[in-house]
Amino acid sequence: MEKRELTCICCPMGCSVTATMDGGEIVEIIGHSCQRGKDYAAGEVTHPTRVVTSTVSVEGGRDPVISVKTREAIPKEKIFDCMRAINATTAYAPVEAGDILLENVAGTGVDVIATKAVVKRLYT
Amino acid sequence: MREYDIVIVGGGPAGLAAAVSAKKAGAERVLILERDQEAGGILNQCIHNGFGLHTFREELTGPEYAMRFLSMAKELRIPCETDTMVMGIDRDKVVTAMNRRQGMFRVRARAIILAMGCRERARGALNIPGYRPAGIFSAGTAQRLVNREGYMPGREVVILGSGDIGLIMARRMTLEGARVHVVAERLPYCGGLQRNVVQCLYDYGIPLRLSHTVVDIRGRERLEGVTLSRVDEWGRPVPGMEEDYACDTLLLSVGLIPENELSRSMGVEMDPVTSGPVVNESLETNIPGVFACGNVLHVHDLVDYVSEEATRAGENAAGFASGVLPGAENMVPLIAGRGVRYCVPGRIDVKRMAQELPVRFRADRIYREALLTVRCDGRLFLRKKKRIMKPGEMEEIFLRREELCAQSGLRGITIAVEEE
Amino acid sequence: MIDIGIIGAGVIGCAIARELSRYECRVCVIEKCEDVCCGTSKANSAIIHAGYDAPAGSLMARLNVEGNKRMDALSRELDFPFRRNGSLVICREEKEMSALRALYERGIGNGVKGLRLLSPMEALEREPNLQEGLAGALYAPTGGIVCPFLMTIALAENAAANGVEFRFDTEVTGIDRAGDFYRLETQRGIVESRFVVNAAGVYADLLHNMVSKESIHITPRKGEYCLLDHSAGDHVSHTIFMLPGRLGKGVLVTPTIHGNLLIGPTAADIPDRAGTNTTGEGLKEVMEKAAVSVKGVPFDQVITSFAGLRAHEDGHAFVIGEPEDAPGFVDAAGIESPGLSSAPAIGAMVADIVRERLSLREKSDFVACRRGIINPAGLGMEERNQLIRENPAYGTIICRCEGVTEGEIVEAIRRAPGARSLDGIKRRTRAGMGRCQSGFCGPGVMEILRRELSVPAEEITKAGGGSAIVTGRTKRNGGMHKTGKGEGL
Repeated sequence: MEKRELTCICCPMGCSVTATMDGGEIVEIIGHSCQRGKDYAAGEVTHPTRVVTSTVSVEGGRDPVISVKTREAIPKEKIFDCMRAINATTAYAPVEAGDILLENVAGTGVDVIATKAVVKRLYT
Repeated sequence: MREYDIVIVGGGPAGLAAAVSAKKAGAERVLILERDQEAGGILNQCIHNGFGLHTFREELTGPEYAMRFLSMAKELRIPCETDTMVMGIDRDKVVTAMNRRQGMFRVRARAIILAMGCRERARGALNIPGYRPAGIFSAGTAQRLVNREGYMPGREVVILGSGDIGLIMARRMTLEGARVHVVAERLPYCGGLQRNVVQCLYDYGIPLRLSHTVVDIRGRERLEGVTLSRVDEWGRPVPGMEEDYACDTLLLSVGLIPENELSRSMGVEMDPVTSGPVVNESLETNIPGVFACGNVLHVHDLVDYVSEEATRAGENAAGFASGVLPGAENMVPLIAGRGVRYCVPGRIDVKRMAQELPVRFRADRIYREALLTVRCDGRLFLRKKKRIMKPGEMEEIFLRREELCAQSGLRGITIAVEEE
Repeated sequence: MIDIGIIGAGVIGCAIARELSRYECRVCVIEKCEDVCCGTSKANSAIIHAGYDAPAGSLMARLNVEGNKRMDALSRELDFPFRRNGSLVICREEKEMSALRALYERGIGNGVKGLRLLSPMEALEREPNLQEGLAGALYAPTGGIVCPFLMTIALAENAAANGVEFRFDTEVTGIDRAGDFYRLETQRGIVESRFVVNAAGVYADLLHNMVSKESIHITPRKGEYCLLDHSAGDHVSHTIFMLPGRLGKGVLVTPTIHGNLLIGPTAADIPDRAGTNTTGEGLKEVMEKAAVSVKGVPFDQVITSFAGLRAHEDGHAFVIGEPEDAPGFVDAAGIESPGLSSAPAIGAMVADIVRERLSLREKSDFVACRRGIINPAGLGMEERNQLIRENPAYGTIICRCEGVTEGEIVEAIRRAPGARSLDGIKRRTRAGMGRCQSGFCGPGVMEILRRELSVPAEEITKAGGGSAIVTGRTKRNGGMHKTGKGEGL
């Protein structure tokens, strides 16, 4: 049996929640004050996910970088693989917000999209 | 001189939301003056997500949140002069601004909305001893460098202060390949949101050291290291509790200060606790027709509240410009009582109130299982149980107009925390 | 071979260079830092002393009073800000009134004009925020405040306009006498010079002792300061001194010429000639002592603190002239307070020594006047718009705290000697000097420097050397995966 300590993020209470695991299965969750907290903890110990936000280099744009995000949350353990793929990407202006800059990042099935527009630089 | 119904100083989240609501409320000639090359304010560099849960019921990044309001402003054809600095405002609401296209110019407004936002406290204000090398940044400056300019401020990082920007930058720098050694906080509690502590620090194994501060800065050219020390309950370093960290970068996230130089110079009355203007229920300052909203009024932790507040400021300013908003008469002070650092608004004209008025405030320390009370001239008016209150998280309570109207001869309303 | 090599581009080196630039000779200023005004000249009280402090009959007393007298004309000629705000030395103990009277007598003896002893009432009338319990005060109407950065820069620019060469990032590591000239060893090669002027501040004894057996000894004496925001700038209008003590003039409280409030310095002898770090104790002492003389100092308005090093010579004397065993080597050493006040007179004195020894002739085309960078904030709306029409860069505010425009920053870079770092820009334009301490304008100034100097961003420094602001770009391995709608370049 494995015990996992978490801090709940659902509200300012910041409850310390302990999940007892057996293999990949949840045996018990204690320390939460509400159902939301319990659900959060269950998700965190079985399949934690995060939206990754970063920037991508831009060529020919008014800005040197463009802000991006994974369209949906990706598995937490894939964050750094995702960053490597993002860092290896260069976008060519113009870019619209919502444009897909990277498909199926790090094999997660999730696309990386621009969160801002970058217009073309008018001078060189 | 060009004339406007409403001139809005600042095109960040507050200015944009105020402009949109003012226009919708019937103000025809609305102008936004923005000093950056594009509107959106600080949201443009806040590329992380978590914005808009209240306003749009979805999680957006800063630029996406800004874009929603920019699109609305565009649809409503609200002009925004970018790259334009407001140099001064006089009491008859003549705004002097400057840009490279028009030079210095003046516009006259019927109503003005102050939405200049805030700035970060700098190292100097903390009096941290040591050398003054390169490599010391406020967290927001580092955020701008990384997210908008694409520069790396450094590789080995220590962060002082647990404000949200500092926490966000701990994650951001880590993702960009830097090593964040520690986040130190002088107070015994974290200044930022719980969610950010977990997702920006714990996710990446970055330690948060509460009751710690930087007591020495080394390096004559570029930063070479800092010394952290434990502090006692009065914030004084405890001798013998020092630890050295080798680092090339120190980020400071030690507080935000509403940017009110313009407000002060035009004679707006200020609240020494918020460093923002004292406003009434309509978010109007002591100068009739001059309104304030967003971080220039008081520092918010969620942009959703900024948008909501600015929306009200915009509606009221439109009302003032068209003569619909009655003049303020019987002002009842709203007093921050025991356990409450400040509350906004600072005074209320019950007659001008909307049906329901949100009052925002902050606790002066952490309270658990506390009772929040509102008293009218000492009589208990409203009570609300709070499981937890933290200085880092803004609180809100609603006052209902009808109920306040029933309080005859009202002279003062006090909000306080009473521990059970 | 140059005629005169001046070591050190502080206010003394630059004042001497400017005076020597009146004559037909080849002058070169050799500076170890990347800019002028990087040592003691940049971190001091920014005061022009009246001249009552220095020992009666001393060279220091003569040069102080004379330097003070020259300031009006010099500041007009070279267009740097200077104002006689008057100083008050306050005495809080009845039993120390004799010391105050002695200071008055000494001042009269030194030739200081307008000195007056004030009753507590008279002092309070002039300065209502003086702390209660005053016994008396000495009023010196000729005391003044100056911008030491702009004064040094003005001297340097005028010297450069008259042909003086500046070599930065060049540290003199050795000096050899070779017959009738000197060989200065630097990491950028040997400089041969017929005459050498030693204006090396806290390092002046090291250089002196390389050529002379009559050794001198200088101790770096650290002074810590706090600078307060404009909002506190009118807390006092005069420069408020305590009665002088053994280690100097004590902690003063003064407005600065730019409208801030400055308090300090401490006085601590240290071994390290580059030990410009502030200390917890030092800053505490500054605030405690400031509160003794002035009440209600708004310490919550502190925007920065800093430390400077005075070049304290063992005998507390200005060492100016040629050592007997080192002809052609002229010292301007031990220049601590009132060094800034004396600088114009020291410049003239050293130039006289050199002129006589080298029989220099005056230039026919010497240009005495220099104009500072235009300050748009001082212009009316019409003039300002004219300026923006001619150069739109004057319409963009880069530093919002101090209201500095892009035009001023570009001008600061393009002048000679020009700014090459954030601190260089700050000293010339005040961008980054305000309450946010470059948090807002830092990235903007960096961008302008990068553009004007045509260097990568990671080569832009705070203050030269290894003080780079950023370490590089975020996306170092970009380009492997190409995307977006654009076609590429």
